[in-house]
Order: sequence, then C-alpha cells, then structure tokens
Amino acid sequence: MNAVLKTTYREAVRAALREALLRDERVFLMGEDVGRYGGCFAVSLGLLEEFGPERIRDTPLSESAFVGAGIGAAMNGMRPIVEIMTVNFSLLALDQILNNAATLLHMSGGQVPVPLVVRMTTGAGRQLAAQHSHSLEGWYAHIPGLRILAPATLEDARGMLWTALQDPDPVLIFEHGSLYNVAGELPADTGAVGIDRAAVRRAGGDVSLITYGGTLAKALDAAGELSGDGIEAEVIDLRSLRPLDDATVIDSVRRTHRAVVVDEGWRSGSLSAEITTRIVEQAFYDLDAPIERVCTAEVPIPYARHLEEAAIPQVADIVDAVHRVVGAGG
Amino acid sequence: MTHTRDPVGEHRRELLRQMLRIRRFEEKCAELYSAAEIRGFLHLYIGEEAVAVGALQALTEEDNVVSTYREHGHALARGVPASSIMAEMYGRATGCSRGRGGSMHLFDVGRRFYGGNAIVAGGLPIALGLALADRLRGDRRVTACFFGDGAAAEGEFHECLNLAALWRLPVLFSCENNLYAMGTALAVEHKETDLAVRAATYEIPSWPVDGMDVVAVEEAARHAAEAVREGGGPHFLELRTYRFRAHSMYDPDRYRDKAEIEAWKRHDPIDGLARRENVTRDELELIEKEVAAEISEAIEFAEAAPLEPVADLTRFVHSERTGAG
Ligand SMILES: Cc1ncc(C[n+]2csc(CCOP(=O)(O)OP(=O)(O)O)c2C)c(N)n1
Ligand SMILES: [Mg+2]
Repeated sequence: MNAVLKTTYREAVRAALREALLRDERVFLMGEDVGRYGGCFAVSLGLLEEFGPERIRDTPLSESAFVGAGIGAAMNGMRPIVEIMTVNFSLLALDQILNNAATLLHMSGGQVPVPLVVRMTTGAGRQLAAQHSHSLEGWYAHIPGLRILAPATLEDARGMLWTALQDPDPVLIFEHGSLYNVAGELPADTGAVGIDRAAVRRAGGDVSLITYGGTLAKALDAAGELSGDGIEAEVIDLRSLRPLDDATVIDSVRRTHRAVVVDEGWRSGSLSAEITTRIVEQAFYDLDAPIERVCTAEVPIPYARHLEEAAIPQVADIVDAVHRVVGAGG
Repeated sequence: MTHTRDPVGEHRRELLRQMLRIRRFEEKCAELYSAAEIRGFLHLYIGEEAVAVGALQALTEEDNVVSTYREHGHALARGVPASSIMAEMYGRATGCSRGRGGSMHLFDVGRRFYGGNAIVAGGLPIALGLALADRLRGDRRVTACFFGDGAAAEGEFHECLNLAALWRLPVLFSCENNLYAMGTALAVEHKETDLAVRAATYEIPSWPVDGMDVVAVEEAARHAAEAVREGGGPHFLELRTYRFRAHSMYDPDRYRDKAEIEAWKRHDPIDGLARRENVTRDELELIEKEVAAEISEAIEFAEAAPLEPVADLTRFVHSERTGAG
C-alpha cells in the first residue's frame, strides 16, 4: 500500500514550487511579496530561506515590468515562475501577456518561444469586493498562444506546475482563492500530472455537470444532493481551459444527453458560452434538453455577504438547473 | 474655565479630536473584524492619522479627494459620517457605497470623496481626470490624491506625474510613505528611496514632510494646495509616516522588527500633539467621551441598518435613467 500524506492545497502548491526549484536550476520564482512576506496567501512561505533571494525574488509593485521580465528571461534560457497576487492585478500586465508572451512565437516566425509560467489567484467568495474577486481566466482562455490551467484538486495543485514548466510556451495557472485551505490526502510519491485532458470526477448517467476550479466542489456537492433525488450527475473537471478537451466533454454528453455548465465567470461572451457552443456544434443530436449555464450574475462582485452569495454560483443554483434540464425534453 | 480665546490652541485640539476619532474608530473596526461583523480585507490606518487629518485641512468642501484601500482615515477626516462608513463595513444598504464596496471602497460623492481604490496606483489617473475637468471648466478646485510608497513603483505613477506636470493639472499628490508596501520594505521596492526626489524629476515641486506631526502636515498641505489652486501646477508631498498595525487583518507581520515598531510608536501623532499642546487629562477624557459616543452611535446605526434586497443585486451596473429614453 502506498503511504499517504496529509496536506492542503496551499502546501501542495508550495511542494510543487520546491520540487521545481530543486530539480531545475533555471527555475526561479518572482512576484510581489513572494519572499520575505511568504506570499500574499502564504504559498511560498519558507522558500526564501531555502533558496535565497536570487531565486525567490521580491518585486516592487510593477506588474507589467516583472511579468515582462519573466518573458524576457524565458526567452533567454530560464524557466521563470511569475506570481501575480490576484487576477484583477494581472490586468496591469495584460499587455505583456497578450502582446508579448502569447504572440512572440508566431510573430517571429517560430523563433521566439516563451516558456513562462504565471500563477495567480482568481475568484470570489471571501467578501473582497469588485477589485479582488473576479474570475477572468475565461478572458485569458480567449487568447491563442496561451495554455490556461485551473487546478481544482490537491493532486493538480501538486502536479500541474512541473508539467507546465516542461511546456515550451506560456502557461497561466489559476488558483481559486477559496481552495488554499482545502485539506486532504495525497500519495507520498505524488508528482507531475498530465495537463491535456479533462477529468471525470464523478461518474453518472443522467446529466453532465461541466466545471473547473473553485466551482468543482460545488458541482460535486450538487451531484451528491441530486443523487438523493435519484439523479446521477457526471461531474467533469475541465482542468485545462485552453486548449479545451472537447473529447471528454462530448463523450460524456453523448451518454447523458443533458449538460449543465458551471462557471464563476460572467455569462456573456464567456468560457461557458464556448463550452456550450462546442457541445451544440459536436453533439446537437445527442441532446435531449437545452443546455443550462450556472454563472456569476452580470455584476462586479459586491462586498456584502448576501449579495456576493447571490452573485456567484451556489450548490442550490446547480441543483435547480439540473432539475430543469432533467425535467425538460424527452 | 478660561475665557481668553486661543484660536491656534482650539484648532490644534480639533486636530487632536479628529485623529482620535480615526484611531478609536479603527480600533473598534479591528474588534468587529474579530467578531466577524466586518469581513473581507481590512487595512488599518492606525499610526498614520496625522497625514489624513493634516492634509485634508488644506482642502475646501469644493475640492476633490481620491484615496486608496486604506482610506477610513481620509473618509472620516473628509466628513463622511462614521455611521455611513460603519454601515458600509457591515455590508448594509445605508452604507456609503450601499454595501457594494466595504472597507476598501468607501465613496461619498456628495463630499467629493471619490473613493477607496484597491488597485495600487489606480487612483492616480482618475485624479488627473478630475483635475482636468475642473481646469477645462475653470473651476478652481484642487484634487488631493492619496497613495502609498508602493504605488510609486507602478507605471501609472510615472505616467501620471509626467502628464500632470505636462498639463499643469491641479493635483496635490499625497504620498503616504510608511516604509512598507505590504511586506516589502522601501529599499527593496525602490532604488531611489527619496520619493520626493523622484517626483522632482518630473519638475513637480515636491518635498518630504514629517507625517507624524499633524501641524507640519497641515502647514505643508496648505502651502502646496494654495500653490496648486493658484495655477502652480501639481505639487507632491512625501508624507513620512508608519503604520503601527499589520498591512491587513490577514497579515501576521513577520517582516518587521518589533523594536522598529516600538520606536515609531514613540512618535505617535496623537500622544505627540497632546503633549506639545499641554492637553490636560480632563480635556482628553472629554474628547474620548465624545468620540466613544460617536462610534457607539455608528455601530448602533450599522447594526440596525437594513440589508440591500437581493433583488437589487444588479442595480448600478448601468445608470438608472429616469423619464423617457
Ligand atoms: C496593482 C496591485 N498590485 C498588488 C496589489 C496588492 N497590494 C495591496 S496593498 C499592497 C501594498 C501597497 O503598498 P503602499 O502603496 O505602500 O500602500 P500601504 O499599504 O503601505 O498604505 C499590495 C501589494 C494591489 N492591490 N494592486
Ligand atoms: Mg506603504
């Protein structure tokens, strides 16, 4: 029997960072307060003491400069991991991410690959209001040239980073802020995981619940509740938001004939719209009911707890949506 | 009871009262945070009160204020009622931002208080625009823009100083240099740690001020604000101060020496002023009583305040037009 390790999502990310720093001397971590402070969510706590200030680099509040510097260092043989505190602040570096990281390889006719990894938190649920709570990973998933990952489990928090570092192109990793304290067990010999395929986190034959990141746990809770009502939901964790693993999604929908997409992003012009469209494009005749989406209300995330709760997808919303699609059609 | 009026002494007692209001209000906020009445991020201004109180003396009601996520002090000193600030932190409908903003996003446009902005340096461009509009209309307003030492590393800071200088915009840049940006010390953020010197490279008159001395801050701010108002273009004050508490309630404050914090506490702006002005124990007690009453009223108001109905969740995403069209 394999030994197991009690850990948290936060510790799993930290272990992944440690492993990368130990295994590859080209790897370094930089971002605001990653060193002395230990990371704004305490992810990199202790790494400065272990690896020193050259490899655990505290940066000034200069998102555009240090993300861009990460791009340049990646172009020049290093394997930087850049941490941005929160996706809302990544907008100050959006120019570098889109106009340089995602674009240089193509624009240079294949001469300039950018093997950069950027990690950042995303998502709502902690009453941090509109400038700290948005889920903009869907925007980034719009951009050709980027790979977008959303680790929702301890295993992925631990295993995606190393695989991302092997990618010759830029990878953005979105860690939902509500996940850091999630505790659980991992095999002691846990390590790198694949990043190409979505995962079926719960099998079921009545409806496909398609989600990722911070809403995976809610979808699983909803599936548990629905099971009590005699509805077996299959829960798919997308894991990679770009490229999307259509095959896993379509295969599931072909079996369940019904789909609900759950996304903490806004609905209009969104990732959930993209997933829905792909199902319609590839499995239209397999559907027995219109697809439903459970998304965040079209509003900047408000501070007040009751308003924030009402704004973002909740278990009850998912359960209701499933009842609608199961009740509908043939 | 003395009948000789001493306007200077009276004014300074008022400054003391203002600083104490902020101090006691925030101490209460910290308690309420521990009691889970206030949530989200809460950034306390304790130790820096002389900056907001002193600087805002220089403004009239017609002037504009732009602030950061550490803005309770600015809001209180600007005259935003403690009750509406507290209700905001409780997430209530009668909060100054109707519960949408919380601690980091206090707004009161009636008092030309244009908010708590939680994107570091995000307020500077807005301040430029407020000032530009005033200039275009010929309004002789000053826009005071508060931000931290950390903000001076952002591109927006440099873009804004250049543009404000280039267009001679009536902005009073008020840099609160508390020596840290979260856990990152000034010398780890900046090569040139003399921030007034950096502002001067944009040909903006700028100078450092003892931000622990409310009288010095007021004097500097009055001088700068008058120059701005008279068409002298933007001015920059580097207000040297220190936060006695951690960055936010989440911050275990591992990166500062206890001795450093204690040394700064010996320059407490409130104690300092009380000592220099020979404020008696009785006088202080009177002020404390008054302040305590205001704060308990604010809490009562917040606790009794209604919640915004969930049906109104998506209000204010777009403006509500009245009448036809
Ligand atoms: C663009 C951006 N990057 C990072 C953050 C996270 N953050 C919030 S406050 C802060 C430190 C800011 O320091 P400073 O400007 O000196 O203000 P102080 O908190 O000391 O008042 C950081 C890094 C943010 N809010 N916005
Ligand atoms: Mg600071």
